[in-house]
Amino acid sequence: MSSAVISPIPKAHPTVRDPWLFRIGLITVASAFLLLFVVIPVWTVFREALAKGVGTYFAAFQDSAGRSAIGLTLLVAAIAVPCNLIFGLYASWAIAKFQFPGKSLLVTFIDLPFAVSPVVSGLIYVLLFGSRGWFGPLLSSWNVQIIFAVPGIVLATIFVTCPFVARELIPIMQAQGSEEEQAALSLGASGWQTFWRVTLPKAKWGLLYGVILCNARSMGEFGAVSVVSGHIRGLTNTIPLHVEILYNEYNFVAAFAMASLLTLLALLTLVIKSFLEWRMRAAPITAELPSFG
Amino acid sequence: MSWRALHLWYQRKVLPGFGLTLGITVAYLGLVVLIPLSATFLRASGLGWDGIVRALTSPRVVASFELSFSISLYAALINAFLGTIVGWVLIRYDFPGRRIVDAIVDLPFALPTAVAGIALTAIYSANGLIGQPFATLTGLKVAYTPLGILIALIFVGLPFVVRTVQPVLEDLEVEYEEAAASLGASRWQTIRRVVFPQIVPAILTGFALAFARAVGEYGSVVFISGNMPMKTEIVPLLIITKLEQYDYAGATAIAALMLVISFVLLFGINALQRWSHHVRVAT
Repeated sequence: MSSAVISPIPKAHPTVRDPWLFRIGLITVASAFLLLFVVIPVWTVFREALAKGVGTYFAAFQDSAGRSAIGLTLLVAAIAVPCNLIFGLYASWAIAKFQFPGKSLLVTFIDLPFAVSPVVSGLIYVLLFGSRGWFGPLLSSWNVQIIFAVPGIVLATIFVTCPFVARELIPIMQAQGSEEEQAALSLGASGWQTFWRVTLPKAKWGLLYGVILCNARSMGEFGAVSVVSGHIRGLTNTIPLHVEILYNEYNFVAAFAMASLLTLLALLTLVIKSFLEWRMRAAPITAELPSFG
Repeated sequence: MSWRALHLWYQRKVLPGFGLTLGITVAYLGLVVLIPLSATFLRASGLGWDGIVRALTSPRVVASFELSFSISLYAALINAFLGTIVGWVLIRYDFPGRRIVDAIVDLPFALPTAVAGIALTAIYSANGLIGQPFATLTGLKVAYTPLGILIALIFVGLPFVVRTVQPVLEDLEVEYEEAAASLGASRWQTIRRVVFPQIVPAILTGFALAFARAVGEYGSVVFISGNMPMKTEIVPLLIITKLEQYDYAGATAIAALMLVISFVLLFGINALQRWSHHVRVAT
């Protein structure tokens, strides 16, 4: 979603200052809301994970099914994130630098995966590649399995995370205009040189921002992956799916220990995100378009 | 054609890579998103009109739609109200820890839904940190009831209203409020008549985003809802149940309806965002 930019509060004129009691009241309401819905849940993950001591906590990661879940999650992110990074770069160049009919429709289509329920995102691939899906008989005659196997998990993850990089890059590249690219080209640079040396450096913080959000979602996706995975222990379980299995087996310490990994990832993502927002603010984007008089 | 459009049109001759980048974008989007989505509609149309209606009007399906949409509506309303307060507090008041509060607003976006689901269930179960005192005080159970679903949906929708309202509040010209005050308006009148009309489109946009997210949410809800058919079974869970029972027709019909609703919400949100932008530019 759109990045929050928090700036120092300007000194307001006394007439537009809210009454003291009103201010304290609203700050209390806002803090209580966030404490209840954000801070306590995060704290609970670690409290439950460490409920039986540090030894039990770390023992949860010795389990081979847990380890293969971690491995699969890393593998899926290692495929899905680069795919969507490349897609984001192509899409933002086409959309930010050119005018063509149907552009706003294309932008809406890029947003689609965010609007679709994760469960439906998984289901659409089951309907295509599942044993009763359109390509099911063909795939089984080739001995290729997509659903209830790793390729399905990768596909569902790519679907769910495909807007992240493109959405961050498009507004940034639109705001930067194309004058510098035109200058580079007129000085004899090739298209690729212009892209690597002019466009990419200008957009690097936004790019990184999109990548870390894309990565967090691909490692944490649950609903879509749950539909296509088949929940085969040691084979098609990602960390979130493994958390569910452990939890349903009443193995709460192990479930929350696995969940704590994902929580640490989320916290790390937020820290990097805040840093990138600060960087993007430090180097403000200038001039949208040259004036035409 | 505006100057901007004309300018971008002209660039097509100057900047390279239009055909390549647009071609790859459309091909990728087509393969990953559009073909699978349209295949679902084709599958659903294969059921015939009667088949779709029969699948969608069974009591269990109707009950799950009523549950999902009513609780998503309540959750989005609560988020609209509290999210506006959080946005206001973060933009207008200085207090210790303001930056940290601002950063943690995004946590529901970053935290995987399954993690949120088991954490909320632990907190709100009968012997949980909040579930226990709440039950002794009110006699109400939270986990494994619709109330638990509401809690999970408030959690997932929390950042939307805050993040849509914040930039609009930041851009508001304080001069208008000063003018209202100097003309004798009370602070409350100023907020109601001057500030509020300017942030309404943003609040509505955030509300619609939170609602759209809540309707499709699965991971954070399944743990806390108890998943009892007719009582606490949300639509996304029912799709999975149908799939597990090999009722592909039923699952496809529900999914197709959910997709139509998603499209409508997405176009509605786009229209709201344009309106929001228009209000911001006009004032």
